[in-house]
This record gives sequence, C-alpha cells and structure tokens, in this order.
Amino acid sequence: MNTAGSTIVKTDKLAFEYIRRDEEGNVEGITRAVDDVSLDMRQGEFIAILGHNGSGKSTLAKHINAILYPTEGTVWVDGMDTCDDEQLWNIRQTAGMVFQNPDNQIIGQVVEEDVGFGPENMGVPTAEIWERVEESLRAVGMYEYRKYSPNKLSGGQKQRVSIAGVLAMHPKCIVLDEPTAMLDPNGRREVIRAVRGLNEVEGVTVILITHYMEEIIHADRVFVMDKGKVAMEGTPRRIFSQVEKLKELRLDVPQVTLLAYELQKQGIALPDGILTQEEFVRELLKLCAGG
Amino acid sequence: MPIILDHVSYIYGQDTEMSVKALKDINLVLPDGQFIGIIGHTGSGKSTLVQHLNGLIRATEGHIYYNGEDIYEKDYNMKELRSKVGLVFQYPEHQLFETDVFSDVCFGPKNLGLDKKETQLRAYDALRKVGLPDECFYQSPFDLSGGQKRRVAIAGVLAMKPQVLVLDEPTAGLDPKGRKEILDQIAGLQKETGMTIILVSHSMEDVAEYVDRIIVMNRGEVMYDGIPAEVFRNYRELEAVGLAAPQVTYIMHKLRERGMDVNADATTIGEAAEEIVKAIGRQSRVSTPGWGGNP
Repeated sequence: MNTAGSTIVKTDKLAFEYIRRDEEGNVEGITRAVDDVSLDMRQGEFIAILGHNGSGKSTLAKHINAILYPTEGTVWVDGMDTCDDEQLWNIRQTAGMVFQNPDNQIIGQVVEEDVGFGPENMGVPTAEIWERVEESLRAVGMYEYRKYSPNKLSGGQKQRVSIAGVLAMHPKCIVLDEPTAMLDPNGRREVIRAVRGLNEVEGVTVILITHYMEEIIHADRVFVMDKGKVAMEGTPRRIFSQVEKLKELRLDVPQVTLLAYELQKQGIALPDGILTQEEFVRELLKLCAGG
Repeated sequence: MPIILDHVSYIYGQDTEMSVKALKDINLVLPDGQFIGIIGHTGSGKSTLVQHLNGLIRATEGHIYYNGEDIYEKDYNMKELRSKVGLVFQYPEHQLFETDVFSDVCFGPKNLGLDKKETQLRAYDALRKVGLPDECFYQSPFDLSGGQKRRVAIAGVLAMKPQVLVLDEPTAGLDPKGRKEILDQIAGLQKETGMTIILVSHSMEDVAEYVDRIIVMNRGEVMYDGIPAEVFRNYRELEAVGLAAPQVTYIMHKLRERGMDVNADATTIGEAAEEIVKAIGRQSRVSTPGWGGNP
C-alpha cells in the first residue's frame, strides 16, 4: 500500500561506528557499519531492506527504534530525534521491532499474556489491554491460540505472536529483522502473509529485512545496502531487473525472475523484472501465441 | 558400507504422561556416496532422525546398522561411530569456543587421540576444504563473518574425517551468495571424497539444486523418498504438510495447465529453462510466424 503519507522515518547523513577492542580494552580498529545514509520512509509504506551479511542493514534497523544511536548524523522517527532521551519510550512505541529468533522474544506463559505485556508496561488500562490483545492476535491470525503456551507453537506461530506483541503497542511502524530466517516454508508464508496484512489492512508502515528475495516482491520500495551505504533503491521490479548487479552484491533475485533472465539470455524476448509466477506464465504464453 | 535403519521408532519422554512419538517405524537405507536431502516442517522428526545416525539419540525400538554392525550391540564402539558420522548442528558457530580458528578445528581430531602432527595436518586440510583463506587461521573465530564462522564449524567436523556428513540447515541466516558458496563447497567435497552427505533443509530450491535423493518427513514418518523430480511432482500433498515445491516446479505446472507442451518435472532453473526453450522450438516448427524471439 503506497499512500505516500507523511514521513515516518528519516535519516540524515547517518553514520555508525563500532569500535573493536582487544582483550585489554585497547582500540584495535573502527568499523563503519553505516556510512552516510540519508533516506525517507513514509507512513503506510512497505519497505524492504536487502544486503549481504555484514552490509549494515541490521545496524541501520536498530537505529529506527533507538537501540543504537548515530555516531554522526541524525535519525528522526515520526519527527522525534532518536538521540532525545526524553522521547525514548515514545520512539520505541512508535517503531516496534521483531527479531530473528522467536524463542528470544516471547516471555509470557500464555500467548495472550505475552501479547499484553507491551501495553501493560505502557500503563494502558486493563480493559483496553484485553481489547488490544484480541485485535492484535486476530490481525496475525493467532486468536484461536490465545490460551496456548507459546512453547507449544510452531516457529511461524511464535513469530506471529511476537508480531502481535508489537502490534498491541499500536506502533505506526514495525521493523522486522529477518523474521523468517529460522522458519520452514509454511512458517515463512504465514509470517509474510501476516506482515502484508498489517501493512495493507492496518496501514502500519513495515520495514522488512530479509535474505529471501521472494518475500519482498510486494514491497513498495527496496533499499539494497552494501558496505554501510545504500547501494540501490527502487521498486522491486526495478531492483530485480538488475540481476548481475545484485549478484555482485552477494544477493539474488526470485527464482521466477532468474528463470526469465536465463530465457532472455537464450534469446526469448521476455520483459525485464518479472516478479510473480502468474506474470511469467502470462508473458511467456503471450510470446508463444505469436508475440 | 551403508547406514540401515530397520523399524526405528523413537518416543520422547517414554513412560511419562507427556510422551510424544517422534519417529514411527522408519526403514531407510542410506548408501555410500549419496547426496541426500531431508525436508519436513518444524516438528516433523527430521532432526530427531539425524541424531539417531551417530547414536546421539537411541531408538526406543528397532535397529540401526552402520557398516553391517548393529550400533546398539553392547560392545559397539560409539566413539568411533561419532567420528565416522559427523553431525553439524544448526547454527554451529555457536559452538566455537577456542581462541583461534586453527585450535578450534584441532579440537575434534585431538580428542580422537591423534598425535599433534596428524591433528594439525587434518585441521589444515579441513580448513582448506571449506575454503577459508589462510590469513583467517590464527584469528579469533569470533572476528569472522557469519558465513566464515559456519565454515570453521563445518571444518571442525570434517577434521575428524567422517565418512558421512550430516548438516542440519547449514545455510540458515546466510545471505544468498553465502548460501550458494557453502552448498557448492559441500557438493564439491562430496564429489572429491565420495562421502555421504545428508542435508536437512527448509529451502526446497536448494534441495532441488544439489541433492540426488529427497526424503520427506511428516509426523515422524517417511512420506516420500525419491529423486527431486519424483518427490516434487507431489507438490499439492507437500503443501498440505507445510512444505512446497521449488518455484520453478509451480511455473512448469502452470504452463502445462495453460496448454504449453512442457515436461512439468523440472525442479531447477537450468532444467526449466531448457524445457521451455525446447517447447518453444517444437511450437515454432509447427506454427508459422516467430514467437517473438531474437535467436
């Protein structure tokens, strides 16, 4: 959903340096994990961030809910400077975060209790907590499991509970750092469906970091990170049209796109940047019908 | 010599009220030198299964034979079995602990009681096999990238010179290039040494690309066992149990449904491209003007 709303996340010349130290605590060197990144994300957008291991994408994401602070430059979340300590809780409430390993994020003994933890900590009145828990669990399709113990759930289900937990805090924006890396195909599908639902139905801004190219074909915009900088930016179609460049950046394209690309190389005149199976079948049959 | 699983069943928490039957009457022959993929949704029993192969878990029923010997015989040498059947767990880099890469890889062979020279030779050889550059050998393993750490962990198992290498999701969390590099190296190892490789994976695309044979686990049972084309032909049944076929397999089926004369068995991009080019060739011979190509 791209309604081109107001700016929700903005970074200006953001840089972040990790200082590496040896065992005695002496500085060994400095790694510039994020380097001069200026970008804008608008309310309601579905943003994807790609990049190889170590490209700086997670470091960038951790600035969005003030887990990390810029070494240089500024990050604003819904107009709040993340360096402003007084706004810390407002920032974390505005931009929620979901991590890779569901087992590290769930604390409640019962699903609904876990989801209620966030709003309870914010001091939301009890009656409203229950309303929020219900609507959040429904939004990710986990309402029937509200009385379950989280450790009886599959990875995909746990991850959806984590998402509901963030959703219950009514964030404007949710950052997901490789939420599907540890899941089986079904778990991946469930989580991505839930994330798309949040974006399209609830209008929450989604920032999805992933190594699975298929997951982001519905994104409004893609940022590709390399060496701490934004190396590419554009719609999935534009990004995935550049197969060779993505491979140079240690990335890939969805299998459908790659198949179309291989056929193009063999002289079959398919258009660039095909993203879905339907599109591929349609275009190929069009050519066969005498193009 | 193969590994044979004969009527193997396993129950977690047997004799308790919480008992769960994780494996039900598994019969499998895993011959030497095969590259085998095991797929199944979370909780299907695939990790339980592979932990039986080197005796980490003992079957509650049935027998496992390695090189013709029953591994549950009283005087069976389990220690040797564990050096012959190497198991690389998920996120194996969490198990690195030494101060430098080289010592970490030496740990396994040293524990086998090998002398210093042999230990170091094996460690060196294993690190070369996984493609780790020499300059990393004396670095702390914790300073390496995710893909490099994982290679060190795999080298640690390789240094024991296993005949069978079992890898539980070796590419989870790696970027696409890192995934390909590790799998290419594993495939290369298999060709070079003839060792049996058993790959547990959630990526249907990876499995289709690399393995000779796929074993599909579901609810503790073997649901399918065959070459990728055969197994992925059952894509609807696979979906019903939380799996899928590679994307290209779906495309081929869709093309076929819409009247294109292609063999829908392709499971890799290479196969699919070849099949489509052939089909177009056939079609352009029978129908007149071109099909929009520029040969």
